[in-house]
Amino acid sequence: MRRQSDDAMTLYRFVMMIPRWWLLLMVVPALADEGIFDQYRDLMGDDNPAIFVIEEGEEFWVQSQGPSAATLEACDLGLGTGVTRGAYAQFPRYFADTDRVMDIETRLLYCMETLQGRDREVIAAKPYSLRGDFGTELEALVTWLAAESEGMTIAPEQAHPKERAMYAMGEEIFFYRAGPHDFSCATCHEQSNKRIRLQQLPNLTEHTEVAEAYGSWPAYRMSQGLVRTMGWRLQDCFRQQRWPGLIFGSEVSIALQTYMAVNAAGGVMTAPGLKR
Amino acid sequence: MVWIGVAPVAVSEDLASVIHASFSDSGQATLMRLEQDPLQQRCSQPRDERVDDDTAMALRQERLNAVVFPKDGNFLGDWQRGAAVAASGRGLQSNDDPSIANGGNCYACHQLAPTEVAYGTLGPSLTQYGLRGQSEAMLRYTWTKLWDTHAFNLCSHMPRFGAQKILTEQQLKDVMAFLLDPNSSVNQPAEGPSSAH
Ligand code: HEC
Ligand code: HEC
Repeated sequence: MRRQSDDAMTLYRFVMMIPRWWLLLMVVPALADEGIFDQYRDLMGDDNPAIFVIEEGEEFWVQSQGPSAATLEACDLGLGTGVTRGAYAQFPRYFADTDRVMDIETRLLYCMETLQGRDREVIAAKPYSLRGDFGTELEALVTWLAAESEGMTIAPEQAHPKERAMYAMGEEIFFYRAGPHDFSCATCHEQSNKRIRLQQLPNLTEHTEVAEAYGSWPAYRMSQGLVRTMGWRLQDCFRQQRWPGLIFGSEVSIALQTYMAVNAAGGVMTAPGLKR
Repeated sequence: MVWIGVAPVAVSEDLASVIHASFSDSGQATLMRLEQDPLQQRCSQPRDERVDDDTAMALRQERLNAVVFPKDGNFLGDWQRGAAVAASGRGLQSNDDPSIANGGNCYACHQLAPTEVAYGTLGPSLTQYGLRGQSEAMLRYTWTKLWDTHAFNLCSHMPRFGAQKILTEQQLKDVMAFLLDPNSSVNQPAEGPSSAH
C-alpha cells in the first residue's frame, strides 16, 4: 500500500501525465530533433517531477512497515545509524555486517529485511516499476537518498580489499564481449562524442563524462514518466547488449556501479537527473 | 559469491562464474550467450592494445576462411527491402519476438540515406557508398564486411551479421543492394535545407 497525502498524490498524478502529452505533441519533430528534450529540460528548470518522488521516499523512510512494524530510521547506510546526508555519494561500499560490497539498492533491501522483517525475495522480485505503473518504494527511497547527497562530491571508498576487487571486476566486465552481437559496455561507452541514432553516448572510461553520467542517476525519464535508478539503467543497457536478464543486486550490477563510481570520484552528485 | 581479500585481485578465473551467477534466462536471451568464443575473448582485453601477433593473424584468417558467399553467386537483392532491414533495430533482445525477422540496425552506427537524420556515429558514414562501384572485389569485400567484419578488422565493434546468423542470406543481399545499387537512397545526393552543395 502506498501512503501519500491526497494533495501530493493529485499533483503527482497530474505531473506524471505531462511527459506523455508532450511526447504525443512532439513525436514527429522529436524524431528529427533530439534538442526538443533539452528544450523541455530548460522549460522545466528546477521543476523536475522527481521532487514528488523525493518527498515520497522520505515518507517511506519514516513509515513503520513489515512484521516488526519498524521504520528504516535505524538503517546504517555506511555513515552510521540513520545518517542519510551524503550517504549515497559514497556508495558502493563495503559493509562489515554482511562482509560484502553493496550498492544503495541492495543495502536498502538488507535494512528492510533486518529491521522490518520483510521478505527480501518479494521486494527483489519487482524492484523497478513497469511502464504505466507508479514508482516502487525502492525507487522512491533511492531518489530521496540521492537528493540527500545533491551537490556533494562522489566519493566511493576504495580502502577495503573487497572494494578494490569489486572495481577490478567491474572493469573486466565493462570490456567483456559476448552474445550474438559481440557487444560489451565498451562497444557503446568507451569513446567520446559518439551517438546511437540521436542518443548521445557518454564515455564511461573518461572522468568528466562518467562523473556527469553517474552523478545524474537516479533520473526522471520523461519518455516513461518515471524515476529510474542506476540499477535499472544497467538492466536496460544489458537488454540492448543482447545479454540475458541482469539479476537485481547481483555481483555484476554492483561491480559495474563500483567501476563507474570510482571513475567518477571527485565529480558532483546532481541527481535526481532529468532524461529524455 | 565468496571473495578472497587481497588487492589487486586477479579476477579473470572467477569472472565467468560471477557473470553466470549474475544473469538469468530472459526470453530468447539465455545464459548460453555469456559463453565467449575465442574472438570475443581476444577482443575483451582493452589493455592489450591491438597487438597484431600470430594469434591475431590466425584468428583473422580463420574468420576469412569461414565466410559463406551467396550460393547462386548473386550478391545484390532489392535495395528497398534492404532499406527496411537497415532501419530496423529490433531483434535478439530479450523482449523481442523471435518469430519476427531481425533488423540490421545499421542506422544505430552509420549514416546511410542522406534523408535520414537519425543516424549514429559509432561507425563511418556510408552515404554514397555505391560510388565505389560493383566490381567483383568490391562485392566480395562488402559481403565479407557484413558476413564477418572481424575477417578484416579483428576487434571491430560491428556485429557479425552473417556468421552470427543475425541476418539471413536474402536480407544480406538486400542490404548489399541498399549500399551499392545506384538507385538506392544511400546513393542519392543530399537534399533539403541542410545541403550546402
Ligand atoms: C548497444 C548499445 C549499448 C550498450 C552495449 C550499453 N549501453 Fe549504456 N546506453 C546506451 C544508450 C543508447 C544510452 C542512452 C539511453 C537514453 O538516452 O535513453 C545509454 C545510457 C547509459 C547510461 C546513462 C548515461 C547518462 O548520461 O544518463 C549509463 C550509466 C550506461 N548506459 C551504462 C552502460 C553500461 C555499464 C553498459 C554495459 C553493461 C552499457 N551501458 C551498455 C547504449 C548502450
Ligand atoms: C554497433 C555498431 C555497428 C553496427 C550496428 C553496424 N556497423 Fe558497420 N561498422 C561499424 C564500425 C565501427 C565500422 C568501422 C570499423 C570497421 O571497419 O570494422 C564499420 C564499418 C562498416 C563498413 C565498411 C566501411 C568502409 O569504408 O569500408 C560497412 C560496409 C558497414 N560497416 C556496413 C554496415 C551495415 C550495412 C550494417 C547493418 C546491417 C552495419 N554496418 C551495422 C559499426 C557498426
